[in-house]
Amino acid sequence: MSLNVELVSPQERVWSGQAKFISARTIEGDLGVLPDHAPLFGVLVDGVVRIDGVDGTSTEFNVSGGFISVSNNRVSILTESTGNK
Amino acid sequence: MGAQLRVYRRRMRSVKATKKITKAMELISASRIVKAQQRVAASTPYANELTRAVSAVATYSSTNHPLTTASENPKRAAILIISADRGMAGAYSNNAIKEGEQLAALIRSRGLEVASYLVGRKAVNYYRFRNRAISGSWSGFSDTPTYEDAKSVADALIQAFLADAQTDKAGVDEIHIVFTEFKSMLTQNALAKRMLPLEVVESDAPVPSGLLPMYEFEPNAEVVLNALLPRYIEARVFNAMLQSAASEHAARRRAMKSATDNADELIKSLTRLANAARQAEITQEISEIVGGADALSSANAGSE
Repeated sequence: MSLNVELVSPQERVWSGQAKFISARTIEGDLGVLPDHAPLFGVLVDGVVRIDGVDGTSTEFNVSGGFISVSNNRVSILTESTGNK
Repeated sequence: MGAQLRVYRRRMRSVKATKKITKAMELISASRIVKAQQRVAASTPYANELTRAVSAVATYSSTNHPLTTASENPKRAAILIISADRGMAGAYSNNAIKEGEQLAALIRSRGLEVASYLVGRKAVNYYRFRNRAISGSWSGFSDTPTYEDAKSVADALIQAFLADAQTDKAGVDEIHIVFTEFKSMLTQNALAKRMLPLEVVESDAPVPSGLLPMYEFEPNAEVVLNALLPRYIEARVFNAMLQSAASEHAARRRAMKSATDNADELIKSLTRLANAARQAEITQEISEIVGGADALSSANAGSE
């Protein structure tokens, strides 16, 4: 099982593909998402989003605010701007 | 060279110079449409995800957010008109402004006041010339709008919306947007849409298949909605600006193409006229020479 991930900003689709783990920081604290996570909708604060792809790569992005939504192994992360870390 | 001929040649030179300019503008716009279209396409995933999120939250929460509830007795409505900074785009700006006028008339007939928010120098000039009140105006980015531009416009609108329209003169109860929808290279339509209060799930994004999942909200639905709705408005404004930019380039390309075609026609008919004038001059000279020779030879014949 893997997660179908999309990290999008208003200007472009920053990252999309399959991943096995995602970590992000919401208002309530750090959050990790593994496959088969319950449907969730969270508000992100400025911080780092880490995506571990199925191919073993790990990518980190600096996001400034945004949202994360998880449902049916589909994760979308919306953010206003990203910076590659 | 005769005076007539010289006038024709001068006009031809000037038309040719104009044609060069319009041709260049046509080519520039043609290349910019593609870029503008790509930017619209690049912003679509974000807009779609956001729409999905807003409809999910709005469906599964009973929160009565000020941004989603309509005022019981609305007093004032804001209209955001998106037009061009530069002309030479045919009726592009005018169509948007006219659509805005119609919408304003409709709103006034409902007994509301209208507050105008304008994007693009053309709309601003139109309103200034007629001495109308402008609640807010932005210009200088109509052909390549950035998200920051959209954000500053959206922020002003949301602030006006959150202010109480009954007591505050700057407050509004409704926000409408007028922009030019980019359907294809050939078709662009000026459109008026209501942005606030939200009509959730009125976007043209594909309806998510199946039921939306029961989300857990972190921290809770109200906070999520509070954070989500301003972003949604920004994204809508941004999308409208990008579509308008693409439409502007398409309209300019079409206007410049017909200008170039007209210049061609004009050059053709002027060439005909110039040729006729030159021929008339030659004919006249010949008949003068023949006449002169005739007169000379008859005078000579008389003296002998």
